[in-house]
Amino acid sequence: MIIDVNFVGLIIASIMASAVPLILASCGELITERSGVLNLGVEGMMIIGAISGFALMTVTGSLIIAVFGAMLAGVLISTIFAFLTQTLITNHVATGLALTIFGIGISAMIGKNFVGIPGKEFPVIFESLKDTIPLLSPILFGHSIVFYFAFALPFITSYFLKKTKIGLIVRAVGDSPEAASNQGINVKLVRYSCILYGGAMCGLAGAYLSMIYTPQWIENMTGGRGWIALALVVFSTWNPIKILIGAMIFGGLTIIQFHMQAIGVRIPVQFLTALPYIVTIIVLVVISRDSRKIRLSTPSSLGKSFYKDN
Amino acid sequence: MHKLFIRSFVSSLVFLFTLTVAAVAKDVKAAFVYIGPTGDHGWTYQHDVGRKAVEAAGFKTTYVEGVPESADAERVLRQLANSGHDVIFTTSFGYMNPTNKVAKEFPNVKFEHATGYKREHPNVATYAARFYEGRAILGTIAGSMTKSNVIGYVASFPIPEVIRGINSFTLAAQKVNPNIKTKIVWAFTWYDPGKEAEAAKALIDQGADIIAQHTDSTAIVQIAEKAGVYAFGQASDMDKFAPKAVLTSVENNWGPYYVERVKAVANGTWNQKDTWHGIGDGMVVISDLDPSIPSNVRSKVKKLQADLASGKVHAFTGPIYDQKGNLMVAEGKTADDGMLAGMMTYVKGVEGDIPK
Repeated sequence: MIIDVNFVGLIIASIMASAVPLILASCGELITERSGVLNLGVEGMMIIGAISGFALMTVTGSLIIAVFGAMLAGVLISTIFAFLTQTLITNHVATGLALTIFGIGISAMIGKNFVGIPGKEFPVIFESLKDTIPLLSPILFGHSIVFYFAFALPFITSYFLKKTKIGLIVRAVGDSPEAASNQGINVKLVRYSCILYGGAMCGLAGAYLSMIYTPQWIENMTGGRGWIALALVVFSTWNPIKILIGAMIFGGLTIIQFHMQAIGVRIPVQFLTALPYIVTIIVLVVISRDSRKIRLSTPSSLGKSFYKDN
Repeated sequence: MHKLFIRSFVSSLVFLFTLTVAAVAKDVKAAFVYIGPTGDHGWTYQHDVGRKAVEAAGFKTTYVEGVPESADAERVLRQLANSGHDVIFTTSFGYMNPTNKVAKEFPNVKFEHATGYKREHPNVATYAARFYEGRAILGTIAGSMTKSNVIGYVASFPIPEVIRGINSFTLAAQKVNPNIKTKIVWAFTWYDPGKEAEAAKALIDQGADIIAQHTDSTAIVQIAEKAGVYAFGQASDMDKFAPKAVLTSVENNWGPYYVERVKAVANGTWNQKDTWHGIGDGMVVISDLDPSIPSNVRSKVKKLQADLASGKVHAFTGPIYDQKGNLMVAEGKTADDGMLAGMMTYVKGVEGDIPK
């Protein structure tokens, strides 16, 4: 088979498109985890975003309402998590798992009336430039606005955490809530905000799936991408730029494998499905050998409840 | 005093008897066990359309969705049999052993198992559809309409049902166009819109100009519409998801069979049998052909459809060779049902190997 540059460009473009929901959800979860909260409800928040976006688009016909509605739905469902873990001080892991189960169930219930309805086409930008530059055009042009936002998000997140005062506060709360609290920071407020922000990004990631990537509603359509997004945060050692790389690798695995199948090269599929998790474990093993690195990258109070007596 | 007691006793007996008779004659209750959610718009969705037909015919129905093919299935079946259901349809291959096991415990309840072959007790029947007949129609259209001579095929799992479909499709396409190649991509899922879309996109990027699918979601036809290539719908008519791309769909039409069998239970004429219906019996339905199909192809398709329905033509008519060139079906012969049921080799013209 002859490999021409445009073909490579097409493959890279489809890998990037498949990475979008992973980047969005991971960057949201990263902020949540950086504030010391472990929310395992990513899959549940994504599926809620997916059905909310699709339902609002079908009912109102407005893509803008649908996209923001999906984010709002993510915020609302994460509010439940925030209330339980921050106000009632429940266990993060158990509450997050419950959130996922709840999200999958309730999305199926709402979704009953939206099965079998074709979605609306989502507008793409710069489409006229699609054939101008070989290799680069399919990568750069003709995508939805959410696509461009997703690829800017890791850089924005990185800047936010490293260079802004609020970013510093978030990290302080995640590393030592006691110290932050003594400095007069309202730990609960910061954590609430970070959880809700994570919910909004997961909602957007879900809406991308049901409105842009494959415009339709089907039960369980997130198909485990929320769990991959969670693994991705660990894989990245809580570094947003590495999320970008990880999402391309994780999203690309399936696409490369399909291309190989079509060419006639066989790789065991079960192995490829497990690969994101295997890679995450390897990364964990590698970083855990260096205790200093762990201390620097992992939010020290991740998953621990904090409450102030007053 | 005694008289009164006896009278009330007798009358209550009569009352109970009428109740029982009424229950037997009229209130036949049917239950359906589904592997997926009814919202999958594919396999389970079509079974549920069939269930609604039973309901419309005046019978009470119950369904349980998302039942795993494990010990859970037995528990669900036992509970349905215990709660007054007269006939239970189990609509996935993996329910085969649970169905037979529970059927032994409830000899008065009828069990209907889809796509299986075990009928260990007189109250177990099996049924399936000859979808490969529909795929022969799709192959004929694909072979006539491809320009690149590369046809993409998104497959789910390497089981005889799927391989039979690929073979039937390829044989029919070769008959009208000996130069075609069928490229297969295994998605290893029945429905995951994202994955299916990625598989279809890979095939399109590699030159396929028509995409067939043996997975359930509508993602593939939507990708085809965006890329400007043709596709075929699966399980239900998918035309509204991709009006330009979808040439036709193969629909699973379980309703008539379900109504017939539930009525048979009500009339007491239900018997054990193995049903394998195709286009002729209306279990496999071909949706309206897209206007973009030229008239000469259209007439070819109509003829094949009529011949498959009447039994004049069999989708697997020899000579058929496997990929290595060994004869599978001799000239003038047709593949028997046993061979079809266990088909695990590709015919000549299919690219690649079957994954293990």
